[in-house]
Amino acid sequence: MKKAAISLGLSIALFPASGWAQAEPISSDNWISSPGIIGTFILIFIVLFVAAIIFLAKLNSYVDTLKYRQFDKKKMEFDEELMALEPGEIDDILDKRKRALRYKLTGTELGGNERVVDEKGLVNRVTHEPENPLVDEKKKTPIEIETPEQLKKIVIYYLGAAVFWLVFGTLVGQYVGMKFVWPEMDSVSWLSFGRLRPVHTNAVFWGWTSLAMIGLGYFVIARTSNTKIYSYKAASWAWILINLTVLLGTISLMAGINNGGGEYREYIWPVMLLFAVGLVITFWNFYKTVATRTISDIYVSNWYILAALIWTIVLWAIGYMPFFQNGLGETVIQGYYMHQGVGMWFMTFTLGLIYYYLPSALNKPIYSYSLGVLAFWTQMLFYTMIGTHHFVFSPLPWWLQTTAIVFSAGMFIPVVAGTTNFLMTMKGSWSHISKSYVLPFFLVGVIFYFVGSTQGSLQAFRFTNYVWHFTDFNVAHSHMTMYGIIAFVLWACFYTILPKLTGKEPPQIFVGAHFWMAFLGLFAYMVSLMAGGTYKGLSWIDGNAFIESVILMKPYWVWRAIGGSAMFISHLIFAYNFYYMVSSKKPIKSLDAPVLEQANP
Amino acid sequence: MFDFHKNHRLLVLAAFLGFVTLSFIVAVFPAYQMQDVAPLPDQPALTADEREGLHVYIDQGCVACHTQQVRNIEMDNVWGNRPSIPSDYYYSKERMDVWRQSPSLLGSERTGPDLTDIGRRQSSQDWHLLHLFNPRSVVGESVMPSYPWLFEVVDSSSVREDDVVVNLPDAFAAPSGQAVVAKEEAMQLVAYLQSLKQTELPDGRTEEFIPALRKIQTQGMGDEGKSMGLDGGSLYKQACAVCHQDNGKGVAGAFPPLAGSEIVNDEDPELMIKIILQGYDARSEYSVMQAFADQLSDAEIAAIATHERSSWGNSASEVTEEDVKKIRDFIEQGATQ
Repeated sequence: MKKAAISLGLSIALFPASGWAQAEPISSDNWISSPGIIGTFILIFIVLFVAAIIFLAKLNSYVDTLKYRQFDKKKMEFDEELMALEPGEIDDILDKRKRALRYKLTGTELGGNERVVDEKGLVNRVTHEPENPLVDEKKKTPIEIETPEQLKKIVIYYLGAAVFWLVFGTLVGQYVGMKFVWPEMDSVSWLSFGRLRPVHTNAVFWGWTSLAMIGLGYFVIARTSNTKIYSYKAASWAWILINLTVLLGTISLMAGINNGGGEYREYIWPVMLLFAVGLVITFWNFYKTVATRTISDIYVSNWYILAALIWTIVLWAIGYMPFFQNGLGETVIQGYYMHQGVGMWFMTFTLGLIYYYLPSALNKPIYSYSLGVLAFWTQMLFYTMIGTHHFVFSPLPWWLQTTAIVFSAGMFIPVVAGTTNFLMTMKGSWSHISKSYVLPFFLVGVIFYFVGSTQGSLQAFRFTNYVWHFTDFNVAHSHMTMYGIIAFVLWACFYTILPKLTGKEPPQIFVGAHFWMAFLGLFAYMVSLMAGGTYKGLSWIDGNAFIESVILMKPYWVWRAIGGSAMFISHLIFAYNFYYMVSSKKPIKSLDAPVLEQANP
Repeated sequence: MFDFHKNHRLLVLAAFLGFVTLSFIVAVFPAYQMQDVAPLPDQPALTADEREGLHVYIDQGCVACHTQQVRNIEMDNVWGNRPSIPSDYYYSKERMDVWRQSPSLLGSERTGPDLTDIGRRQSSQDWHLLHLFNPRSVVGESVMPSYPWLFEVVDSSSVREDDVVVNLPDAFAAPSGQAVVAKEEAMQLVAYLQSLKQTELPDGRTEEFIPALRKIQTQGMGDEGKSMGLDGGSLYKQACAVCHQDNGKGVAGAFPPLAGSEIVNDEDPELMIKIILQGYDARSEYSVMQAFADQLSDAEIAAIATHERSSWGNSASEVTEEDVKKIRDFIEQGATQ
C-alpha cells in the first residue's frame, strides 16, 4: 500500500504534470502547418523564382544592347576601311574568298588512305556515338589495384552476401508495400504484414547494410594502414555469424517469435548474440590491423570505422541487457537503440567509408582533415542524445524529450561539417560527374545526407511531431536516410572499388539504369509518403474519423508501391552488375581487328 | 597528450568512454528510473487468458500498425479520456519469457487506430472476432490483414457446445454446411483487446491535454444529454462511434450514416430505439448491427438517441427515458408471449 503510494507519487513526478505547464508552444494557432500557409510559402517561392528569371532576362538584354553598340561601331569602321580600298584590291579579296568557300575537306587530312592498324594494341573501343543520349559514355576505371588475393576474396564475400540480403530484403519490402494496396494478397500467417515488416527492416539493416559496410571497411582499413589484415580467418568467422543472424532472425520472425516488438530490435537475443559476437570479432580484427599500421597517422576513415564498431557493441549490450528495462524503461531504451542503431552504426561507418572512397574516386585528398575530426566528436555528442525524439508527447519524462529535441537541433553541426567537407572535396571536379558513373551516386548520397539529416532535426521539434508523428512521413524519412544516404553511398563505394579489384567493369548502360531506377523510385516513394503523411496528420488534427485518413492514403500507397517496384528492379540490375564484376569469366580481351573494323568502313 | 591522430588506443578508449557516459545519462539511468512504477489503485490485473492474448498480440506483430499511447495533446483525445501515464503499462512490465523482453506497446505508427481504450470503445466479442477473421467484414475500407489462421473452418455438424462460432455476413461466410470457429488464440487475443481500458486516476484527478484546435474540443462533446445527467456525446463515442464514426457519417459499405438518416430524424423515435435495443439486419448493403439492450440502460439509450437526433445537422425531438422504457417493455412482452 505504502509502496503503491510512493510509486504513484513517483509516477506523477515523472509524468510531466508540471511539464504541461511549460508546454505552451503548441498553441491553437498552429498556423505553419495549415495547407494555406504551406501553399503560400510555395507561391512566394514561385514568385521569387519568376522574379529571378525576369531579372536575369532584363540583365541579359541590357548586356546585349551594350554588345550591339560595339558591333555597330566595328561595322562603321569596316565600312570606312572598305571605301578607302582601290578597285583592284577589292577584286583580289573577293576572288580569295570565293576559293576559300569552294574548298572541301577530303576526310583524310589527319590520317591517310591506308587501313587503320593498331599494332601496339592501344585502342580497345571505337564508337561513332560519342554523345549517347541515354547513358553518356563514362571514363573507364584506369588501373587495377594490386591487392592480396585473400583480401580481395574477403571483400567480395562480404559484398556478395550484402547484395543477396539487399535483394531479399527489398523483395520483402516490396511485398509488404503492396499489401497496403491489396490487403488480401495472401492469408498465410508467415507472410502477414506484422511479421514481414520487421523481416524487411532487419534484413536490409543487419544483412545488406552491415555486411556491405564491413566488407568495404576491410579494404579501407588495410589500405590506409598500409598493412595486411590481422586475421582473415576471423573475418570469415564474422561473415558466417552475421549471415547466420539474419537467416535465423528472418525465420524466427516469420514464425512469430520476436523480441516483444520494438523497431530494429525484433531479433531475440540468442540470434542477435551471434551478430554481437561477429561485431566483436570484426572490431578486434580492425583494431589490430590499425595497431600494426606502418604509417604513424591514423587516417580519419579509421576513426569513424573503429568508433562505429565499438559504439555498436555498447549499443547492443545496453539494448539487450534486461536489468534496467521493463515496462516504460524498455521504451526509453527502445528510442535510444533504434535511433543510435542508425546514427552510431550505419551513419558513422558510412561516413568513414566516404572519407576514403570519395577522395580515392576523385584521385585527390579530402578537403579538410580537421572538419572530419570535428564532425566525428560532434557526431558522438549529439547523435547519442536524441533517441527520445521518437517519443515526443509520450509518457516518457518531459526533460528527456526536451533533451532529445535540443540535441537534434545540434545535429546541424556534424551534418554541415560533413557535407561541407564532401562538397568541397568534389569542388573543381564537377565536370567529372558527367564523365563518371561513381560520382552521381556519391553526389546523391551527400545531398541526401544534408537534406535527410536536416529534415530529421526539424522533425524532432514538438510542432512538427504534432503533424507528422505516427504518420507515413516517418517511413518516408527513414527511406530518405537509410536508402538515400546509406545505400547510395555504399553503391558508390561498390562501383569505385570492385572494378579495381577484379579488373572488370559492368556495362555502363546497366549502371546508369541502376542509378536512375533507384533515384526516381526513391523520389516517387518519398514524395508520395511525405505528402500523404502530411494530409493524414492534418486530417487527425481536424478531428475527422480515423478511417478517413486510411481512405485518403490509398492513392499515396499506390505511388509508394510504384516507387518501391522501381527501387526493387534497380536492385536486380545492381545484383547483375555485381555478378558481372566478380564472376571469374574473364572479359573477352578486345582483339584489335574487330574493334578497328568498325572504324574501317 | 590527446594525440588521437597517432595513438589508436587512446582514440578508441576516448570514443568508447564518451559514448558509454552519454548513454548512461540519456538511456540507462532514465530507463532504470522509469521501470519503477506501480499500478493505479483501480487498475485490474491481467488474467491468464488476457496475458496469453498479449503474447498473441506481440507474435502477430500488431505493434507494427497500432499504438497504445494517448499523447498529451488534444488530437489524441479521441483515443482516451486522459493522456497515458507510466502506470498504464504496468502489466506489460514482465518479460514474456527468458528469450523475449517485456513487450513494446507504445508503437510508432498509426496505420490503424490507437488501441489504448479499445476495450471500452468496442466491447463486443462478436465484432472483434469478425474483425480479426476479416476486417473488411466490418470496416469496408480497412487495410488491416485478415487473421484466418486464428480460426478453424469445421463441419457444422462437428461444432461442439463450447465452440465460439463466428457469424459472418454473407459475402464472407464459409460454404454451407461449414462453420468458422474461433481458435483459443483468437479468444485470448480478443480477451486481451477487451481488457484494454483506461483506468481512471484516483480522486477524480484529471490530466489535461495540451489544447490545439478549438474544433476538437467542441466536437462530439455536446451537452444535449446533460439535462438528464448523462453526456450523450461521450456515450455515443464509447458505444457507437467505432462503426458510425465520430462525425455520424458512417462508413460507406459498412455502417449507415446517422447524419441525415430518415430513421434518426423521424418524429417518432420508436424504430430508432428498437434498432438500438434489438440490433438491425434489414439492409443487406450494411453490416449487421449488434443489439444494445443488455449493455445500455434506458437513460443511456435516451441520451445517445437525443445526441444523435440533434447532432451533425439532425434536428429531431428529444428522446426521454420513459420512451425507451416503454419500448423495452413492449419488446420483452412480445418475447414472453
